Amino acid sequence: MRRVGLDVGGTNTDAVLLDGDAVVHAVKTPTTADVTGGITTALRELLAAVGASGPIDAVMIGTTHFTNAVVQRRDLTRVAAVRIGLPASASLPPFVDWPDDLAALVRGEVVMLEGGHEYDGRPIVPLDERGMRDAARRIRAAGITSVAIAAVFSPLNAECEARAAAILREECPDAAVTLSHELGRIGLLERENATLLNAALIGLARRTTRAFTEALSASGLAAPLYLTQNDGTVMLAATAEAFPVYSFASGPTNSMRGAAFLSGLSDAIVIDVGGTTTDIGSLRHGFPREANNVVEIGGVRTLFRMPDLLSVGLGGGSLVADDGRRVGPRSVGYRLVNESRVFGGTALTATDVAVAASLIDLGDRRRVADLPADLVKTALARMHATIEESVDRMKTDARDEPLIAVGGGCFLVPERLPGVSAVVHVRHQAVANAVGAAIAQVSGEVDQIFQNLTRDAAITEARRIAEQRAISGGADAGTLQVVEVEDLPLAYLPGNSLRVRVRVVGDIADGATARRRQPTAADR
Amino acid sequence: MAPLRPVTAEEIESLAIGAWILGTGGGGSPYLALLNMRALYRQGAVVSLMDPMDLADDDLVAVVSNMGAPLVGQERLTDPRTIARAVTMMEEYLGRRFRAIMSLEIGGGNAVQPFMAAALLDRPVVDADCMGRAFPEAQMTSFAIHDLRMYPLMLVDVRDNAVIVAQAASWKWMERLSRTACVAVGSIAATCKAPRTGKEVKDCGILYSTSKAICLGQTVQAARRAHRDPIEAIVEAERGQLLFAGKIADVARRATEGFLRGTARIDGLGDCRGQRFELAFQNEFAVGWLDGTPRVMTPDLICVIDTVSGEAIGTETLRYGQRVSVVALPAPPVLLTPKGLEHVGPRAFGYDLEFTSVFA
Repeated sequence: MRRVGLDVGGTNTDAVLLDGDAVVHAVKTPTTADVTGGITTALRELLAAVGASGPIDAVMIGTTHFTNAVVQRRDLTRVAAVRIGLPASASLPPFVDWPDDLAALVRGEVVMLEGGHEYDGRPIVPLDERGMRDAARRIRAAGITSVAIAAVFSPLNAECEARAAAILREECPDAAVTLSHELGRIGLLERENATLLNAALIGLARRTTRAFTEALSASGLAAPLYLTQNDGTVMLAATAEAFPVYSFASGPTNSMRGAAFLSGLSDAIVIDVGGTTTDIGSLRHGFPREANNVVEIGGVRTLFRMPDLLSVGLGGGSLVADDGRRVGPRSVGYRLVNESRVFGGTALTATDVAVAASLIDLGDRRRVADLPADLVKTALARMHATIEESVDRMKTDARDEPLIAVGGGCFLVPERLPGVSAVVHVRHQAVANAVGAAIAQVSGEVDQIFQNLTRDAAITEARRIAEQRAISGGADAGTLQVVEVEDLPLAYLPGNSLRVRVRVVGDIADGATARRRQPTAADR
Repeated sequence: MAPLRPVTAEEIESLAIGAWILGTGGGGSPYLALLNMRALYRQGAVVSLMDPMDLADDDLVAVVSNMGAPLVGQERLTDPRTIARAVTMMEEYLGRRFRAIMSLEIGGGNAVQPFMAAALLDRPVVDADCMGRAFPEAQMTSFAIHDLRMYPLMLVDVRDNAVIVAQAASWKWMERLSRTACVAVGSIAATCKAPRTGKEVKDCGILYSTSKAICLGQTVQAARRAHRDPIEAIVEAERGQLLFAGKIADVARRATEGFLRGTARIDGLGDCRGQRFELAFQNEFAVGWLDGTPRVMTPDLICVIDTVSGEAIGTETLRYGQRVSVVALPAPPVLLTPKGLEHVGPRAFGYDLEFTSVFA
């Protein structure tokens, strides 16, 4: 199986070709404003280098586009929010805990209707279908093209959301619709927030996915296109364009998965030292450990499946100040190649210190020969202390663990650290992101309350649903593995209630199978 | 008589943080109640805090709480109008007006419930509760320990349902009857418990627990701002004891008789490396063992706190790998009396242990 992995970052677009478990070739090119140009260039260089050595089975793209749009408040679509659940939850309307500036950009109509369900599937009150039809007409009149619908307890019973969407489509056939039960878990506000963010990104997601598809066909590739997700798995681009929120944290996830692949380790701490920041995460069974509870994106509270990451302001471009006592968080970033001392500039950066200390040979080392030895020593000690403390914060196992160092600035990682059994360096560390994209898998997840079943029966049933979802997402049924099982008995609820969450992952089925199974949003 | 003290929006934020710590793992996160308070304050509401000693003996005080499953509370979001309706319907039933409103339990989201009702009904909140923390059952209050009357109780939901428990044979019967009604309306309901007189609150309430929770929250906030260790700050401010620090190594939970029971194991880090701490809980943390020996038990407050942020962790949100500190805080004296221990001591939770306080 030959796969191309692409990482479209803010600065660079990286591409790798993997044949089975071997990295055949890797290229790094600047990202272009139109996205397509950078990808086309990367693919052209990659394919030229490897020649006509066989067909490509799949192309996987990881991108930070969507999270950047939210963080930078750009390219967002105005959204109509439909909440179904009155008379419950009336005092906390949609957008209630959003930052004002983001809400001002995204909030179009806000509609609250009677309906929704109880935890046991009984309706709270019947759905106000007439109110939904009136709202749909107002939404159309207001010229809003993206609608987010969230009903109380929809993860347990999605009837209200489905019926509301049907009415909406009758009145506004062209509107994009995001339904909360397709996105999230129990927790109305957080699930609704995810739905609203998704609806706000849907226009950008369509444009971006189209650009990816065009770049692919311009490069003469006919392989199916996948987008990588926050949890290290992929979705077919056709499905993924409806769920941009699932791609939010795919950058760091890909880098950690790539590190696991390149090192052959499945349980380790990963440190990715970039130009401005260092991300530290924990690999468990080859996947990033997920964040505990609530994850904020651009100030919005959500319950996404996101890797638990610690980001610190230290990288190869970090500015050194105060005679070496301060390093970062300010950084020259991608201007490192012009502004740092060793490259002829005047800024004193972490890279300059590393060159002076002979940790790496870059640029012109004579330009840092005048740095006082004390400064170099102090700055290195400062950086090592930051890394040491951050690694320790992310460790969840008292035993010593290996630390995989990747990213362009990984020469800043000391060779010995307390609690670390070995610092592991790997080939192709600078394109770990693209490697991570290339090896991504398909997942299926379920998070649901089961009643009147034994614990074993509930978990078996949950596993069956999760496997079904993975297969309809493009996974090869023969490779499915359970990576997470969590059960939580529910206090106070009758009938031996158990909330079960199961996640399975599997390899992508070969190209032909994947093309036969174009899943729809309803499969999720 | 001291004037009523207006509570600032910042103090409500602090209350939410402090109350979540005093929840000792239970009581539910105060986040949604806090969002409601932010909205009410933006609309101009200001709630006043009343010194319990300023209550006249024959004043009537509403004791409120949101009752039900925390999970349901994450979907059917708490609404100030529901808790206010429980209070006004109780007034209609009694034919008397409440002078003020107080919290059943200062631990968790119920610390904020009286503020939501008070903001709508323009009544003060009494600086008191009847647990000084959170407990799972109706008979685990200082009012029950003092054998006060347990009825009537008003239970309302978001629809037009309301149930009055006009009489109950005991506190345990009250628990059973009200729990049944609560499950019928979807396992979430606003309740106004048996009304208390000013004298009963002064004699039998746990006084000044609201300001205590606010102070505790302020302590954590100040430590965060100063990049100080929040755990150390909590221990110092509350005269508590840091019992253990480590990482959650295992969590086992099970539902029995309508509660969340289970155990958590913490493997030691730093000074505690090589040691093991085990916790048992019934909604709230009940007993903790250090290397197999009982180290701390209810009613001493057993708080599990995120070591880095100082944020409390609930028994439903405990997860493998979390870095936590176990802190004991002193329990209100009434809970430590022989009668108090009958209601809330380790045996009330099924542990055959003689109560010894870590603060003895």
